[in-house]
Amino acid sequence: MSRTLQAPVTVAFDYTRSTGPVIGRFLTGLKQATIVGGRLSDGRVAVPPPEYDPVSHQAVTEFVELPDTGTVTSWTWVSEPVAGQPSESAFAYALITIDGADTPWLHAVDVASPDDISTGMRVRARWAAERTGAVTDLVFVPDDGTTSADRPTEPDAEEVSRIITPVSLDYRYAASPEESSFFRGLAEGRILGQRCPKCRKVYVPPRGACPTDGVPTSEEVELSDVGTVTTFCVVNVPFMGQKIKPPYVSAYVLLDGADIALQHLILEIPAEEVRMGMRVKAVWKPREEWGTSIENISHFAPTGEPDADFDTYKHHL
Amino acid sequence: MSKTPAAVIGIGQTHHRAKREDVSMAGLCREAMDRALEDAGLTLDEVDAIVIGKAPDLFEGVMMPELYLAEALGAAGKPLMRVHTAGSVGGSTAIVASSLVQAGVHKRVLTVAFEKQSESNAMWALSVPVPFVMPVHAGAGGYFAPHVRSYIRRSEAPSHIGAIVAAKDRNNALKNPYAHLHSEGTTVESVLASQMLWDPIHYDETCPSSDGACAMVIAAEDVAKTYEAPAWIHGTVMRSEPTSAAERDQVNPQAGREAAAALWKATGITDPAREIDCAEIYVPFAWFEPMWIENLGFAPEGAGWKLTEAGETALDGSLPINMSGGVLSSNPIGASGMLRFAEAALQVRGRAGEHQVDGARRALGHAYGGGSQFFSMWVVGAEPPSN
Repeated sequence: MSRTLQAPVTVAFDYTRSTGPVIGRFLTGLKQATIVGGRLSDGRVAVPPPEYDPVSHQAVTEFVELPDTGTVTSWTWVSEPVAGQPSESAFAYALITIDGADTPWLHAVDVASPDDISTGMRVRARWAAERTGAVTDLVFVPDDGTTSADRPTEPDAEEVSRIITPVSLDYRYAASPEESSFFRGLAEGRILGQRCPKCRKVYVPPRGACPTDGVPTSEEVELSDVGTVTTFCVVNVPFMGQKIKPPYVSAYVLLDGADIALQHLILEIPAEEVRMGMRVKAVWKPREEWGTSIENISHFAPTGEPDADFDTYKHHL
Repeated sequence: MSKTPAAVIGIGQTHHRAKREDVSMAGLCREAMDRALEDAGLTLDEVDAIVIGKAPDLFEGVMMPELYLAEALGAAGKPLMRVHTAGSVGGSTAIVASSLVQAGVHKRVLTVAFEKQSESNAMWALSVPVPFVMPVHAGAGGYFAPHVRSYIRRSEAPSHIGAIVAAKDRNNALKNPYAHLHSEGTTVESVLASQMLWDPIHYDETCPSSDGACAMVIAAEDVAKTYEAPAWIHGTVMRSEPTSAAERDQVNPQAGREAAAALWKATGITDPAREIDCAEIYVPFAWFEPMWIENLGFAPEGAGWKLTEAGETALDGSLPINMSGGVLSSNPIGASGMLRFAEAALQVRGRAGEHQVDGARRALGHAYGGGSQFFSMWVVGAEPPSN
């Protein structure tokens, strides 16, 4: 058995980018099947145009429409492309200086083998039929002399000022060895904490090291599934990615024998009747639904005991 | 070895909005930077170093944005440093910048902090689920609301104190042309009538989600002396503590208490409520005003709400707080801390416009971040520091 429990996590969001006027002009150009450069204060033309001049630091405001041909100034071979790269088969990444520009642009060249590309080689754009205003609207191919004969035009393409950039990161989350013991304990219906050898405080879930004393913790302590609500809030607000339907009570529950509260749900009582000091007991899901998760406890519900005295938990607020 | 005195000689900020779709991240930063440079009468070429700050990268989905921003920020050929301490980052970024001047490393440092929250969704970014644990988290509001409840219980404050703060800050924001929210007619009653989002926090007691940036130019004594109204840095402090520890005080965090005590000591202030003319503090949820009043030592523990209730924290009170409208009226998270620091500087320079506190000579700027675990503060004054 591995020391740590692991599970996949995907963090994904479709980010909305405001391009600003310069990048917007460049991307609009691509949608129109035109390469747009920016004129810099020293007279050079840069592709893509930088938002601010590297010398004068002023915003770049003069744009130049350029041909879609250029020269390879350096390149590298991508023999095994990965997801998201410009081609599913092997291709070259190259620095290409567009005719009329003074700075190289990193882009892809579609050739079958590294023998088919060389520094100094002439290339031209092969435009996608459907263009969205992105660098993926074109790839470069060897220039066979029929430059731009098949070049599409779409001068009236809508201006690009906002783009959606989906980002998705796949992680393998690993709980610490101490947390893993805690989660494995839950799979047996037990709640396990650890006591700091120095301050004697009991942490649940165990931290592996005391945050106050900085010493390793190893003494295991089994805790009751009964405790006291120290404080809480009622979540009424829905939001993207939310797992529990609002309204719900998110509470800090100080288990008997623990020195730090756990966050969990309070149910079986109207939200407006939940109180600080209320005594609650874990309500476990049916055993066949258990895994290595705090979600084995469906929620906490009132025990019916009298509320705990404020003085017994005020140091946990 | 003593520090070289340093002062703020230029301040700039953007017009903060829910969505600044007219500018890129670089454009947003430059809007604030160019205003700060214009205020200081300097060009980017005359700046020695740039210190940038922003809050979690998940907000824009660009890891280490300082890499791609370097050229647009005019940092080519100069030191560029990025600071990150969650919501307090705007404050700590200004402190890192001022340290570079006070240490004698640089003469003129430009510091900028930003957030472009419209590129994602803050509630999502702050509630990414973690395997095995209970998914009860609900953004920053869900995190802080239980601690607000604890404060109310501990201090026995009346339930409308948060609404007093929200109404005050929203009305102050009407005097600030850069503020995101300009909500005419906000009253204690209207705040209390707004939806309860994270009970006990009402909708109108929460900060907006904004796009915005703030920048300052910080200069060494010999440079600052040539300026008409520099804001002299009298003292700076940063402290941190763990997010969770047994019996950790989440209402009156130790790091904040100790940071404030160290700041008052360093600046020779013995009675902060009397000696500080106004304070711009990080209040993303209205109840944090009385909580921080106590944490900062402006009032004894449990008595902060009494200053708020008595109107002492209003623009015409004895200790005006959040003259700009505060985080409750503009919240580009990464810039929010720097906006607090910049407002304190504007006040002692006498350049806060309609929200100027008459005769402000010494002001506090304050920021906090994470689960109340990072604190940064500074005291600025109209006179050079005597310490």
